[in-house]
Amino acid sequence: MYKSWWKIASILLLIYTVVGGFLMKVPALPALQETIRNLYFHVCMWFAMMILFTVSVVNSIKYLRTFNLKYDIYARHYAAVGIVMGALGYATGAIWMTYTWADPNNPAFQSFSALAREPKLIGAAIALLIYFAYMVLRDSISDMDKRARISSVYNIFAYAMLFPSIWILPRVMDSLHPGREGNPALNTSDIDSSMRIVFYPAVIGWTLLGVWITTLKIRLHLLKEKQLLS
Amino acid sequence: MQRSRICIFAVKQIFISSASHIFTLFKKDLLLEVRQQYSFYGILLYIGATIFVLYMAIDEPEAKVWNGLFWVIQLFICINAVAKSFLQESKGRMLYFYSIASPGDFVLAKLLFNTVLMLAMSLLSLFLFSLFLGNPMQKIWQFTGLVLLGGWSLSLVFTFLAAIAAKAQQNAAIMAVLGFPIIIPQLLLLMRLSNAAFAPLLTIPVSTVLLLVALDAMVILLAVILFPYLWKD
Repeated sequence: MYKSWWKIASILLLIYTVVGGFLMKVPALPALQETIRNLYFHVCMWFAMMILFTVSVVNSIKYLRTFNLKYDIYARHYAAVGIVMGALGYATGAIWMTYTWADPNNPAFQSFSALAREPKLIGAAIALLIYFAYMVLRDSISDMDKRARISSVYNIFAYAMLFPSIWILPRVMDSLHPGREGNPALNTSDIDSSMRIVFYPAVIGWTLLGVWITTLKIRLHLLKEKQLLS
Repeated sequence: MQRSRICIFAVKQIFISSASHIFTLFKKDLLLEVRQQYSFYGILLYIGATIFVLYMAIDEPEAKVWNGLFWVIQLFICINAVAKSFLQESKGRMLYFYSIASPGDFVLAKLLFNTVLMLAMSLLSLFLFSLFLGNPMQKIWQFTGLVLLGGWSLSLVFTFLAAIAAKAQQNAAIMAVLGFPIIIPQLLLLMRLSNAAFAPLLTIPVSTVLLLVALDAMVILLAVILFPYLWKD
């Protein structure tokens, strides 16, 4: 049981998220109605993605400070699971969008270009493209130390450029997306307090799940590389 | 009192010697460019040919299209102009620079040289664009300033990415993959600002210009901090 309390916490929080998220009362707003329950899944995916990317960058910095290859493997897997979370964020967002933004008289394919011009979507696309590029860059170098060093440098550089842009974009573009004033999802007036008691635990639960998946991937990778690292 | 004066003197000496290193490395790049003129003319030809193809494809586009095309062409010019800055250095020569200059000075010299190169290319492509594709600019001087600022921003980001690509022993294609997502926000800001330069009634927001300058300063800082890790083998 040692050190596994957070895995148990993750499962309990996610059970609470699913049960509470589907059964508890939510404010009925025009256009949103019951779709607001998607907030407990959709927004949490983006939170988890950003947190995992941040952990990845911290590991890259640690790698450059110590040149211990372990941290490079950490950084790679945190970025990979962050990408998965981002893809899930897009998927949940697409489902939500179908019920709220999309024009029912217009086929989805035709309204796509109008809907995709959305600062939050663009910001997320930039983040995912950066990490895809990070993976491509990593795989293009065969030497292990060189790969670790160059990809760490790119990871830090790209992350440092990504964050200002995520703050800038929503402020210079028009948006249908909620929470465009101020920083997304951190604004306390954006959601009702009855939803916050599910939302914050949900964020923690999904993030812990992401970390859990990553630790499993890291353990597998470390076992594979055992001869090389020791 | 004495000690602090010595301290200030030492800092000043370091600053002066580093500035002279940067200047020497910058002069070396300039000299190389003058001696091996084929690459310089190659970029000039690239600009001319691209804009000529655009001229064949469309005549007199409206301001919005003009603006979009202009910045996309700037992006490609920048990749072509900047890509060779690190790729041209052979392994042996890099080792030589490693032994005589500090990484910070080296990258600053490269940034400075590529900035100058890109500023010249930006002005040239602006001239050719307005010659071939018409001139929708309402505020010519402001727009020229924006073009210079944009050329500077592009050259800084892509110089650093060229260093990464050169270390990964890759061609310019990977620079595009690495750089496009990073440069999107800056390009978006530049296009917004240029739209204001095309409309007679809109004023150019100073805060956005300052934001771009701040991003450029951040890129320089990151390059100086991160380049030493790229350099050593």
